[in-house]
Amino acid sequence: MIRVIWAAIAGALFGAGLVVSGLANPNKVLGFLDLAGAWDPSLLVMMGTAVIGTGIGFRLVWRRQSPLCDREYHVPSARSVDQRLVTGAVLFGLGWGLTGYCPGPALTALVIHPSEGVWFVGALLAGAAIRYRQTRH
Amino acid sequence: MDTLMTPTTFTPVEAVVGGLLVALSATLLMLSLGRIAGISGMLARATAMTPGPRAWPLAFLLAMILAAGVTFWFTPLSFPLREGFSPAWLVAGGLLVGYGTAMGSGCTSGHGVCGMARLSRRSIVATLVFMLTALVTVFVVRHFIGAGA
Repeated sequence: MIRVIWAAIAGALFGAGLVVSGLANPNKVLGFLDLAGAWDPSLLVMMGTAVIGTGIGFRLVWRRQSPLCDREYHVPSARSVDQRLVTGAVLFGLGWGLTGYCPGPALTALVIHPSEGVWFVGALLAGAAIRYRQTRH
Repeated sequence: MDTLMTPTTFTPVEAVVGGLLVALSATLLMLSLGRIAGISGMLARATAMTPGPRAWPLAFLLAMILAAGVTFWFTPLSFPLREGFSPAWLVAGGLLVGYGTAMGSGCTSGHGVCGMARLSRRSIVATLVFMLTALVTVFVVRHFIGAGA
């Protein structure tokens, strides 16, 4: 139960951050990605702040032997840059650039802008399901 | 097509505050559960597409959606909603984002924020690749094809 409460607190902060920063607004995302247009650098500032803040935060946390509610940290151990990683990132970047939605903002669109959110999230789940089905056997 | 290309203004203070909220979120999830705050990975777990506990990822995502909705609907931080954007584009984009993040093991949060913060080589490569692809995509769509999206 305590794990669920921690996750909900973290999730709430994340969701507020998406709206406050403007990442939840696909117009702002596309404005940020449009270097040749009326470029809006806000999300560069947002991502820079998030990366530096998280970098400092993680290093402070990792001074502890283990997290509060688990025996160990679950940090991805894969090291190799392979074709799946790169191809996956290309496909993701294509879909992001076409719509202005990455997964977090897309989920928030379910309540902020449902007429877009339901289409995108339905397809997002289908796309992920297709991929996981392919790799299962 | 003008409504589809609504320019937005530079909002540095909101960007910094929003970035700090996301950093605090990622830090708290690492401190409490020892987990990476990656949305695509949590969504796959929450919907049982990948194995493992479902309760905490589901709690994170539901609280995220709720908090975003409350922030949008009950504070002055709302933004004008995009109108007239084609459902076909949303479906195409959603399929690509869903398939691509499953194949590449992460999205803007897992690779772009948490992975970059860890200085993970895989995440740095993934982030550069999806950023560059998205920049090229927007350039081609807006300035080459000239479509409003």
